[in-house]
Amino acid sequence: MTQAFRIENGGLINRDKKLSFKFNGKTYFGYEGDTLASALLANGVHLVGRSFKYHRPRGFFGAGVDEPYAVVQLYRNGETEPNIKATEQELFEGLEAKSVNCWPSVNFDIGAINNFLKIFLPAGFYYKTFMWPKSFWYRIYEPFIRKAAGLGVASTKHDKERYEHKYEYCDLLIAGSGPSGLAGAYAAAKNGAKVILAEDKPRFGGSLLTSDVNIGNQSGKDWAEGIIAELKTMPNVVVKNRSQIFGYYDHNMLVMSEKVSDHLPSTKKYHPNKRLWYIRAKEVLISSGSIERPIVFGNNDTPGVMLSSAAKEYLKVYGVLVGRKPLVFTNNDSGYETAIEFKKYGVDPVVLDSRKKPESEIIDEAKNLGINIKNSYVVVAAQGYKKVKSADIASISEDKKQLGKIENIQCDCICVSGFWTPTIHLASQSGNKTKFKEEIDAFVPGQSKQNEITLGAANGVFSLEETLKTSFKAGSELSKKITENNNEITIPNVVEKKSSQHDKFWCVPLPKGKNYKRFLDFQNDVAVSDVEIALREGYRSIEHVKRYTTLGMATDQGKTSNLNGLQLVSEIENKVVPAVGHTTFRPPYTPVSIGAIVGREVGKHSKPTRKSPMHSWHEINNAVFVDAGVWLRPRYYKRGNENLFEASKREAKNVRTNVGVCDVTTLGKIDVKGPDAAEFLNRVYTNAWLKLPVGKARYGVMLREDGIVMDDGTTTRISENHYHMTTTTAQAANVLSHLEYYLQLVWPELNVNVVSTTEQWAGAAIAGPKSRDLLQKLFPNSDVSNGGLPFMGYMEEDLFGVKARIFRISFSGELAYEVNVESDYGNFMWEKIMEVGKEFNIQPYGTEALSTLRIEMGHVAGSELDGRTIPYDNALEGLVSKKKDFIGKRSLQRSAFTAEDRQRVVGVVPLDKKTSIPEGSHLVKDDKAPLPNPKLGHISASCWSVEYDNPFSLAILKDGKNMIGQKLFAMSPLKNKVIPVEIVSSHYVDPKGERVRS
Amino acid sequence: MLYINCPHCGMRSQNEFSYGGDASVKRPELNKEVSDQEWDNFVYNRKSLRGKHLELWQHISGCRQWIKVERDTTTHEIFRTFKADEEVA
Ligand SMILES: [Zn+2]
Repeated sequence: MTQAFRIENGGLINRDKKLSFKFNGKTYFGYEGDTLASALLANGVHLVGRSFKYHRPRGFFGAGVDEPYAVVQLYRNGETEPNIKATEQELFEGLEAKSVNCWPSVNFDIGAINNFLKIFLPAGFYYKTFMWPKSFWYRIYEPFIRKAAGLGVASTKHDKERYEHKYEYCDLLIAGSGPSGLAGAYAAAKNGAKVILAEDKPRFGGSLLTSDVNIGNQSGKDWAEGIIAELKTMPNVVVKNRSQIFGYYDHNMLVMSEKVSDHLPSTKKYHPNKRLWYIRAKEVLISSGSIERPIVFGNNDTPGVMLSSAAKEYLKVYGVLVGRKPLVFTNNDSGYETAIEFKKYGVDPVVLDSRKKPESEIIDEAKNLGINIKNSYVVVAAQGYKKVKSADIASISEDKKQLGKIENIQCDCICVSGFWTPTIHLASQSGNKTKFKEEIDAFVPGQSKQNEITLGAANGVFSLEETLKTSFKAGSELSKKITENNNEITIPNVVEKKSSQHDKFWCVPLPKGKNYKRFLDFQNDVAVSDVEIALREGYRSIEHVKRYTTLGMATDQGKTSNLNGLQLVSEIENKVVPAVGHTTFRPPYTPVSIGAIVGREVGKHSKPTRKSPMHSWHEINNAVFVDAGVWLRPRYYKRGNENLFEASKREAKNVRTNVGVCDVTTLGKIDVKGPDAAEFLNRVYTNAWLKLPVGKARYGVMLREDGIVMDDGTTTRISENHYHMTTTTAQAANVLSHLEYYLQLVWPELNVNVVSTTEQWAGAAIAGPKSRDLLQKLFPNSDVSNGGLPFMGYMEEDLFGVKARIFRISFSGELAYEVNVESDYGNFMWEKIMEVGKEFNIQPYGTEALSTLRIEMGHVAGSELDGRTIPYDNALEGLVSKKKDFIGKRSLQRSAFTAEDRQRVVGVVPLDKKTSIPEGSHLVKDDKAPLPNPKLGHISASCWSVEYDNPFSLAILKDGKNMIGQKLFAMSPLKNKVIPVEIVSSHYVDPKGERVRS
Repeated sequence: MLYINCPHCGMRSQNEFSYGGDASVKRPELNKEVSDQEWDNFVYNRKSLRGKHLELWQHISGCRQWIKVERDTTTHEIFRTFKADEEVA
């Protein structure tokens, strides 16, 4: 294929590097430095997609971030990404892209039938039509909408690209590298300020790349290059291209998305695809420029109709002619600049100017070049289906209401300019209340809200001289405040052509008898008639009109449509535009990849993985791990072909008959120290703590102020003023914050300090009838007899030369001990226990066996202490002191908490003694009762009792105290099970608790 | 993301802190008769102010100190910050 629309010389592309790419399966060629859009236009391809609602043919409308049409599905290095603007995507060798919104192909699109049935698709169509009949929704409407809607397809594969986050601080952050951004950056950098200059395009310079101006004695483009080169050499300046600042958040925090790899065929090794920058700036200069706005006329969505600034950019930056017979339709001087560029390359444009008799240097130049100019003329409608073939034009009366005789003029593109709209998104996001500027028919930033200043075209200033002057000054002054340097900058001489006043004209009236679609929002297919309907149906607020018609709600966020929409509403409502007000600008300014927002926090990296010091031993010994909060814990140790059920049963049984060892390092541990520690614990826990002797442990329950159980665990008095508190694995962090809250804010008079020691100690629970024999062999010189180390006793002993803490506490309900050593000796301890325990048939056991053991003993844990239960519900009321006050005590007097039939923990056994009851099952009286069947309680934890060899569960049951012996049904609609059950005591095994004391 | 001046550590981003609610709430003294209404006011009832609000934050990934922050709930402007034991005048 030849690049028939590429001019021979000119542009900023690298003609030495030819690139091949595919669009809709067909191979084309472009150059390095092209965008996908410029390369397609060079090949004469204007049809890139179909519109969202009517499936009308769509081409290119802009040349950058404002593009509403040319959204494609991109294929790169085996991956696919939707919602890519062809005008932003840089060309690389092997790029592949496809049109979206068209089936079976862009040239023959079945959905285009909507175009002829458009009576069905006016504003509010979705709200009105899909409401009835209700049964149609799933069968007809939804599948239809799903097929027809959307801008591409998301990949269903795991994204193998990497995304990074970066936090940065700077004195001055500058959004946009046009004349204003460059001047501001240069002046601030010269004063030694830390500057970040961000440009969303690959090339720096903004409007200077395409405008015909001189700064100093250089062209604008050369001046920009010189400034950028100098900034890059300065150590206090970061210059970033391909980087879009898309959000202005609280306290001068801005977020920028840097496209690191999207312009390359594949991401380089160790490089991210994108990098998200969180930038906290002392000052912000918004130099985001402006976007040309269209004039609305009939069939203005036909491929070949585009912004005049885009046509100029394709020519000057990419060396591409968007047409050979261009028609320029303008209400200001910008259209002439485009026409002059065409003329310079030997193409003869026709200019239609809605103004009667404009005069300026630019217009004079166009006249001198012999360009055909028609004043008081407008385009009434574009003609042609897949591409502009001609235009219906007419003269227009001074009041812009009457059209003259319609003439048809041959053309292959229509370049339209309706003047300029400042890009005020960032300023508005900062909280700045924008104001309407009459002279330019657009909104500009008002009073600064955060530390931001908006200059240049973004502030509605279109004179280069004025922009440079204010921006150099702002850069100097903002940086001077911070660095206290004040280097004088000489402002260079500027040569620019003066332009004349634009015409306040934005929409061509319909000729008699014609019903052309005149589009406002090109991406969402919102036409003038849709807004008229919305207003006729009573929508008044611009926010409501927006939602009803979807005006400005597409992925381009109405960059080219919002103002014309406002003009229309204000005209129909007979209000001025500022009274109509504009809709809120919300971040992001442009679509941002979800991957970039998520960053590295994906999968296993979404939270830290914590491992005990014995982790590698568990791995070597076939442990199957389970996530317990952020910890990895052995769930069971697999032997041969065992499954979870078999292995956990074996491990639990061995604890009941011999001895087992369990890694309990993950339990939260908090050191509580200070002369008032006992008093503090007495306020934190529900039971009494003042008389606990040194060398003893006690089980405690703590409540929240609302009376709900927060956590439980044992706390041991290590010495006079030193307690070792344990918490559950899951609540460790919350309990620490809770204790700190009371010590710092509520009772600062207590002399107590708390600190987490979870990671300082490795813990092993040794449980089973033979655990004392094992302990004696581990500590041969210590008295670990029932008298020497009684239940809830504590001692510090020597484990083969390592200092060890021994607690006689039990979670399994068996005779049991917990041994702690400093973490570095954890593995040593574990190996010693296994080695010495061999003669007692020791086996390690995981969390599954641990659960079995505690459930059949009726020990409550996280599944019962679920943030909804009070001590009574867990049969822990015996631990609630009547004598002293403590956190949450007053709440226990609430009537619901003292009700006679209050819920309470019970045991549940299936009548057939065979069927395991799924956790979460509801307990009901009558399994045949009509829905909703009244729920009496729920199964909180289930196990296979190794003591009785049948299933056993715990449940929280209404009036549980009086339900023992009752027969109920456990129902699990999720598992489709109905199980007849009997309610028994929650203490299924050893109800008197003799074993732990033996 | 807010930028909070921790009285112990200096300016830090919001993601180092966790929110702790209304700082003007006073816990009733221990061992004192408290009416149902008083207790409900302490545990549950909050004003959800629009505008200037004194609130608690804990510098959880920093010094772990609970601090008081005077913040506008609509504009997010932070006026002053205080140590836990500092009186708010
Ligand atoms: Zn701090």
